[in-house]
Amino acid sequence: MSAATQIVHTVETRSVTAAPAAANAPVSGMAAKPKLASRIAESFIGFGKNALPPFIGMAVLIGLWALVATFSDYLPGPRATFTAAVELFSDPFYIKGPNDVGIGWNVLQSLGRVGMGFGLAALVGIPLGFLLGRFSLLSKAFNPVISLLRPVSPLAWLPIGLAVFKAADPAAIFVIFICSIWPMILNTAMGVAALPQDYMNVARVLQLSEWKIFTKILLPATVPYVLTGAKLALGIAWLVIVASEMLTGGVGIGFWVWDEWNNMNMSHIIIAIIVIGSVGLALEAGMAKLAQRFDYRHQ
Amino acid sequence: MNPYLQVDHTSVEFRTPRGVFRALDNVNFKVSQGEFVSLIGHSGCGKSTVLNLIAGLVAPTTGGVVLNGREVAGPGPERAVVFQNHSLLPWLTAYGNIHLAVEKVFGASESTERLRERTEAALELVGLSTARDKRPHELSGGMKQRVGIARALAMEPKVLLMDEPFGALDALTRANLQDSLMEIQTRTQSTVVMVTHDVDEAVLLSDRVVMMTNGPDATIGEILDVRLPRPRNRLKLAEDSEYHKCCAAILRFLHQGGAERGHGSAKLALAVG
Repeated sequence: MSAATQIVHTVETRSVTAAPAAANAPVSGMAAKPKLASRIAESFIGFGKNALPPFIGMAVLIGLWALVATFSDYLPGPRATFTAAVELFSDPFYIKGPNDVGIGWNVLQSLGRVGMGFGLAALVGIPLGFLLGRFSLLSKAFNPVISLLRPVSPLAWLPIGLAVFKAADPAAIFVIFICSIWPMILNTAMGVAALPQDYMNVARVLQLSEWKIFTKILLPATVPYVLTGAKLALGIAWLVIVASEMLTGGVGIGFWVWDEWNNMNMSHIIIAIIVIGSVGLALEAGMAKLAQRFDYRHQ
Repeated sequence: MNPYLQVDHTSVEFRTPRGVFRALDNVNFKVSQGEFVSLIGHSGCGKSTVLNLIAGLVAPTTGGVVLNGREVAGPGPERAVVFQNHSLLPWLTAYGNIHLAVEKVFGASESTERLRERTEAALELVGLSTARDKRPHELSGGMKQRVGIARALAMEPKVLLMDEPFGALDALTRANLQDSLMEIQTRTQSTVVMVTHDVDEAVLLSDRVVMMTNGPDATIGEILDVRLPRPRNRLKLAEDSEYHKCCAAILRFLHQGGAERGHGSAKLALAVG
């Protein structure tokens, strides 16, 4: 994760330094010219080093896709997909009926379910993680349960959700809740358990109350772990929502994919894949930003 | 006269997977009020265990620790510890770290204004007023250790316990901090117990040096009185014969007496203690 953010960071600083140099070029005087020229050259080299490789990677992917599409009867090529995407995104928020709404609504619905399930999992999982990390008796009692349930595919819980809630929407939220709670519990508990003994010795010498220990030592030390858990959970939740919506139906990006499969609209499926990927990327970047904001090592 | 701090015929055993490990055996010494006592010995001889015993972080198996007429039953702020690796909380500033301790000790009885004054006075004492709002990762090793000392002193402890406080520092920083510590101790008249493995440091700072035999079953080998007048100056001491005699006595112990347990020297320790 840190390597990735580093690269993003250097790209950002490169482009920031490049912009004023380019803007100043026509108006600046003669004396500044050589320096300016070298700066522009440098920023071009920087651009080439940092921004060009991703373009090459994308070009290779699109080239392969176009190649495969020419041999396939059903798979549309990049050009056909692009045309379909332009049409699709020209009206992303239309509503033509309860089950026929624009792609924007579908994505928002899915995000809503993920937010709900993820939020509930955080509300339950983070305090549970603190308790498990702080009291070894609790972790001894519940670790076997967690170990047993964690490897289960979240979709296996869908029938239980449907049986309990008797509706598709809460069942999907329940599945998101289940899949995102494990990383929250485990990472939080790990953060508490990894608390250096030195800090606890400080707390003991100062005879801090349990509340002070929590607010002044346990919480700040564990926040980075909690946020790592939340980042993992959100990633998994976004993976799982697509699959669970395929099964539950209604409005949502997962069901939309399934619907377009039934319509044999392959270009829409490819567009959905790109949209799902972009949203997932944005969610992860947002969480990384949040983690950086609350991590005492970056302040 | 009753001693201020007494470690009374104390043994410490740890339960390990391979059976009981006896770290300390019959450790017995006394410290007067305002005295500076060093514990010296080879690594792993249990000198830190003695310190943790006084701090209350380790419980004695037999015997006990008495401070000012009361038996030590657990950790407490009247026995402040300067930890080997400073142990500052990385999410708090220098001010925040000290204030946490000040608030705990004096928060119930004093105004917030007074607590702020105390915290700032402690920063001033170690010469770190300008680093007030810096977090530990922005401070050098020596500055972090200074904050650790300031935090301990701000609690106005009955005993200041220091666990190899300068062990991780370079020689120049160490000398600098030793001088500050001497000066602060003269001013505050603190009672100090310090663990060290540095012979020069022990002689320079201490009124008495407690020498420990090698573990397991570590105990006190000898106790040396350092009869050097204060204030001490490290440059003048370099030419002082008493200083060199003290250093030589400790070195001799560490190279010979510390390796095997001499019963004669143990008796001497009891007599002195």
